[in-house]
Amino acid sequence: MKQVPPQYYSELEQIQAIDFVIVELALYLHTHPDDLDAIQQYNESVKRSKALKRNFEKKYGALTSFGYSYSRHPWEYKEAPWPWQV
Amino acid sequence: MQKGMHMPSWYKTYHPYVSPMDPCPPITTKRYSTPPNLYLGFQPPGLEQFTPSAALKAGTLWKYFYDPYYSTREMKKGVRE
Amino acid sequence: MWFYEKKLQYPVKVSTCNPMLAKFLIEQYGGADGELAAALRYLNQRYSIPDKVVGLLTDIGTEEFAHLEMIATMVYKLTKDATPEQMKAAGLGDHYANHDNALFYHDASGVPWTAAYIQAKGDPIADLYEDIAAEEKARATYQWLIDLSDDPDLNDGLRYLREREVIHSQRFREAVEILKEERDSKKIF
Ligand SMILES: [Fe+2]
Repeated sequence: MKQVPPQYYSELEQIQAIDFVIVELALYLHTHPDDLDAIQQYNESVKRSKALKRNFEKKYGALTSFGYSYSRHPWEYKEAPWPWQV
Repeated sequence: MQKGMHMPSWYKTYHPYVSPMDPCPPITTKRYSTPPNLYLGFQPPGLEQFTPSAALKAGTLWKYFYDPYYSTREMKKGVRE
Repeated sequence: MWFYEKKLQYPVKVSTCNPMLAKFLIEQYGGADGELAAALRYLNQRYSIPDKVVGLLTDIGTEEFAHLEMIATMVYKLTKDATPEQMKAAGLGDHYANHDNALFYHDASGVPWTAAYIQAKGDPIADLYEDIAAEEKARATYQWLIDLSDDPDLNDGLRYLREREVIHSQRFREAVEILKEERDSKKIF
């Protein structure tokens, strides 16, 4: 069993932060669909999230197995640690 | 918080009746939460935001809604951020 | 459809080995006002509500599953290495007899989750008012959990979850205003 390095947590937290902004804006936009500033911020956040995840997945393996991430050989997605274990 | 917006207090208190027949030492002040969602109505656009990492910590993107709950024990210890 | 992302919504930390707290936290896992009830309530109501608010119910319902995973993580970390003796001392002896250290959908007093906790009335206002009430009840439960816990890291996660209920309640209240369809004529908001 290999433990994740300390920077795993800080890099993951950057993703969690930007994905949180995305969730907040999405809920807001459901009731404010005309807010152009919020939509722009949403799109910029999506871009930032994708870039961060690309980097993260290169180091620690895929975050999803439903077509939003590519896989290396061997199939790493199934490897521990799982989110509740780290 | 937008200029000119009234900022209500998110916690209120009441004082339950104390009877001389009460068996336990009385709690004279009880606190209850009246969170920001009770006051704002429909959220106006352009409310002041936290940075992404501060928003994650706060649990909300908008400063107006930030209303952390601390136990009396935590408040005595001064745990507030 | 849904897809799983291998990360928590918020970095959950637990600093003390205290299985007793797991016994209390399980209230938000399988209790009446817990995260499972919330997720299943919203994701079921969405089939019979005006299209304008379907997206909101879908996304809040989905976020509730992320919160369920956070609560599970807290319980998992608090009980992972607990011996049967420690489980018994923490008041989890009856849980252990049925489940070992496995998680299960029941409340803090061991009552299993039931669909009777939730409703879908088919009346949009009745359903959204139930949802607002559910968010306020979940917020209150997090307050009492914070009162019971002396683990600073755990309380940090619980405060986050409580704050999310405040936001969800705000959005459901806005959904009611949208369904009233009087917003543009009045402009008082
Ligand atoms: Fe919620």
